[in-house]
Amino acid sequence: MAETVTFKSMALAKAINESLRRALDSDPKVLIMGEDVGKLGGVFRVTDGLQKDFGESRVIDTPLAESGIVGTAIGLALRGYRPVVEIQFDGFVFPAYDQIVTQLAKMHARSLGKVKLPVVVRIPYGGGIGAVEHHSESPEALFAHVAGLKIVSPSNASDAYWMMQQAIQSDDPVIFFEPKRRYWDKGEVNTEAIPGPLHKAKVVREGTDLTLAAYGPMVKLCQEVADAAAEEGRNLEVLDLRSVSPLDFDSIQASVEKTRRLVVVHEAPVFFGSGAEIAARITERCFYHLEAPVLRVGGYHAPYPPARLEEEYLPGLDRVLDAVDRALAY
Amino acid sequence: MTVESTAARKPRRSAGTKSTAGKTTTARKSPSADPELVQLLTPEGKRVKNAEYDKYVAGITPEELRGLYRDMVLTRRFDAEATSLQRQGELGLWASLLGQEAAQIGSGRATREDDYVFPTYREHGVAWCRGVDPTNLLGMFRGVNNGGWDPNSNNFQLYTIVIGSQTLHATGYAMGIAKDGADSAVIAYFGDGASSQGDVAESFTFSAVYNAPVVFFCQNNQWAISEPTEKQTRVPLYQRAQGFGFPGVRVDGNDVLACLAVTKWALERARSGEGPTLVEAYTYRMGAHTTSDDPTRYRGDEERQAWEAKDPILRLRRYLEASNHADEGFFAELEAESEALGKRVREAVRAMPDPDHFAIFENVYADGHALVDEERAQFAAYQASFADVEGGH
Repeated sequence: MAETVTFKSMALAKAINESLRRALDSDPKVLIMGEDVGKLGGVFRVTDGLQKDFGESRVIDTPLAESGIVGTAIGLALRGYRPVVEIQFDGFVFPAYDQIVTQLAKMHARSLGKVKLPVVVRIPYGGGIGAVEHHSESPEALFAHVAGLKIVSPSNASDAYWMMQQAIQSDDPVIFFEPKRRYWDKGEVNTEAIPGPLHKAKVVREGTDLTLAAYGPMVKLCQEVADAAAEEGRNLEVLDLRSVSPLDFDSIQASVEKTRRLVVVHEAPVFFGSGAEIAARITERCFYHLEAPVLRVGGYHAPYPPARLEEEYLPGLDRVLDAVDRALAY
Repeated sequence: MTVESTAARKPRRSAGTKSTAGKTTTARKSPSADPELVQLLTPEGKRVKNAEYDKYVAGITPEELRGLYRDMVLTRRFDAEATSLQRQGELGLWASLLGQEAAQIGSGRATREDDYVFPTYREHGVAWCRGVDPTNLLGMFRGVNNGGWDPNSNNFQLYTIVIGSQTLHATGYAMGIAKDGADSAVIAYFGDGASSQGDVAESFTFSAVYNAPVVFFCQNNQWAISEPTEKQTRVPLYQRAQGFGFPGVRVDGNDVLACLAVTKWALERARSGEGPTLVEAYTYRMGAHTTSDDPTRYRGDEERQAWEAKDPILRLRRYLEASNHADEGFFAELEAESEALGKRVREAVRAMPDPDHFAIFENVYADGHALVDEERAQFAAYQASFADVEGGH
C-alpha cells in the first residue's frame, strides 16, 4: 500500500509518477504502456521505478509503434483493463492519430453505449526545452475537434497528481497533455485532498481589469504577466482552464463578465486553435459585457521552428503584455 | 507502368497470379493444384487425406457436416436478401460475402464460446456462427445506427470499416486474455487489401513479441475493390508470418472442412501458449465489393466462372450426397428454412424505425460532456421552435 502523505513538495513529473503508482496500487486493471516506460522509466522518468515495483506485465515496454500502442490499448480496454499509454513526444502521436480518432473516440457511440474505453493517452507536449524537430509541438486542437475524446492539461504538480487520478477513473478516453517544460517545477501536492471536478477551470489569481485564460505550460507565464502588469497598476485575473475538452465556458464567462476583457494564451498555433473557439463562444455569451475583442496569443502558422528561434515563436512575457495593452486600449 | 514491366515483377512463388479484365486466365494456377494449399474436400466433393490437419476434423459427425452445410446455405440466403433489400432502397449499402461462406463458417465454427472475434464489415457468416441475429447486422447498412449489437453478448466485436484497425484491437484483447491467465483465444479477420495496412504489420509485431493468443484469419478474396492481390504483395500473404516469427498457412478458403480444421489447429496453438498464427484463406469475392461497386470495370467474367466451379456450398453438397450423409428431405427442409429466413430478414428491415433525432447526442461520452449537453439543448430549442410555429398557425 502506498503511504498517503499530506502536503508533499514534488516536481510535476514526480507528481504524475506518484499518481500512476497510486493507480497501479489501487486497481489491478490499470496498466502502463509505452516506449521505454519500463526499465528506463520513460525519457522524462515519469514512470521511473514503476516496472520494478509492479512488474513487466503491468508496466509494459512496447514495440516502437504508436498506432500499435493505442490499438492494443483499445483491445486491452475491451478486455476490462484501464491502460495508461505514453506517447513519447507530442510530434510522435500522429501514427496513432487514426486509432485515436477513428476507433478510440467513436467506439462508445458506435456500440450505442455498450463499450467503454477507459484509456488515458499521456503526451508530453509543448516547447521551451531547446529540443529538435517534432519534440515541441502543441497538437491539442487536433484532438479537441474530435467528439468522444476528453482533453486535459495540468499546469502544476497538484493538478497533475489529481487530474491523472481522475483521468484514469474516467470511463471516457482522455488525452492527457503534460507540459514538459514544467516537469521539473515543484509544487505542493496534498495526496488526501478531495479534488474538484476534472473539467472545471480554476481562478489562480483574482483580478478586475482583464482575464488571462491559459492551460498547461502557459499558466505560469500568465501569472508572471499578471505580476508584471500589477507593477503598472493593472489588476489581471488568471484563469487556469485545465481542460480543453470540455472547455469550462461558464467559468470563463463569469470571469469575463467581471473583467470585460479576455486574452487567451496557448503555445499552439493561433489559427483554428482553442483560443479561436473560446473567442467565438465568449463573444456569443458576453457580447454586451465585452469592452474589447477577445485577443489571442500563441504560435504562428508555421512549422515549429528550430530551437534557436523558439523564444520568438512561443508566447512570452512581452508578447502577452502587448496583447494586454491592446485589449485595454479599447 | 507498362504491362510488360508488371509481368516481370510478378512474384514467382505466388499462386495468386491473376488476370485483369480483357486478359486471359490461362496463367492462373488452380488453388487445388497448389501444394501449399491445405485442402480436405476437392471442388468435386471428394475427401482427400491430410496428415497434418485430418485429426482436427476426425470426429466430425454427419449431423455436424449437415450443420456446416446449413450454416453456409442460410448465410448465402441472408446475404442475397440483403443485396435485394439494397436494390429495393431498404439498405443504403451492402457488402456481400458471396463466395466466402466456407472461409467464414469453417473458421467461425472453430471458435469456442469464450473466444472473441474481431470482424471487418463482411463477416456475416462468422456473425451467424457467433449467434448474432442477422437482422442486427443490417442496422448500420440501413443507416439507423453504426453497429447495432452488444459485442460482449456474443464475443463478436462491432464491424470495423477502416480496414486493418481491428487486428490491433484483437491483439490487445489477446494480450489481456494472457494477463488473465485464461485459455480463450482471439480471431481477427481481415482481407488481402488490409494486409497492406501498417496496423496489420504492427499487430503481427505486438502479437509475436507478447506471444498473444490470436489467430489472424486473412480472407484473400483476390480483390481489394478493383485492385488485385498483386497490388498488395510480392509474396503469398501467408508467408508474411515467417518474418514476424510465427507460422502462416494457406488454406482452401472454399473448403469448409479445411477452414474448420486449420482454424481449430491455430486456435489450439493460441490456447496452449504457442502464440499467434496467420491463416490465409484463399477464396474469391464472387460479387461486387459492395452494392456501389461495378466489377465489370476491372475484372473479366471468365475468372468468376473458374471460381464458380469451386463453389463452397456445391462441394459440400456433393460430399454429403456421395457419402449418404444427407437425404432429399434435408435439402428440402433447408430450402424452406432458407426462404423463411429471407422473409424474416425482409420484414425486420422494413420494420426498422428511423432513430430518434436526439440519438445524435446519445453515447458520445460515457461520463457526459458539457458541450454535448449544451448543443443538445440548443437542438431541442430549435426543434421546439417549429412546434410553436405549427401551433401559431
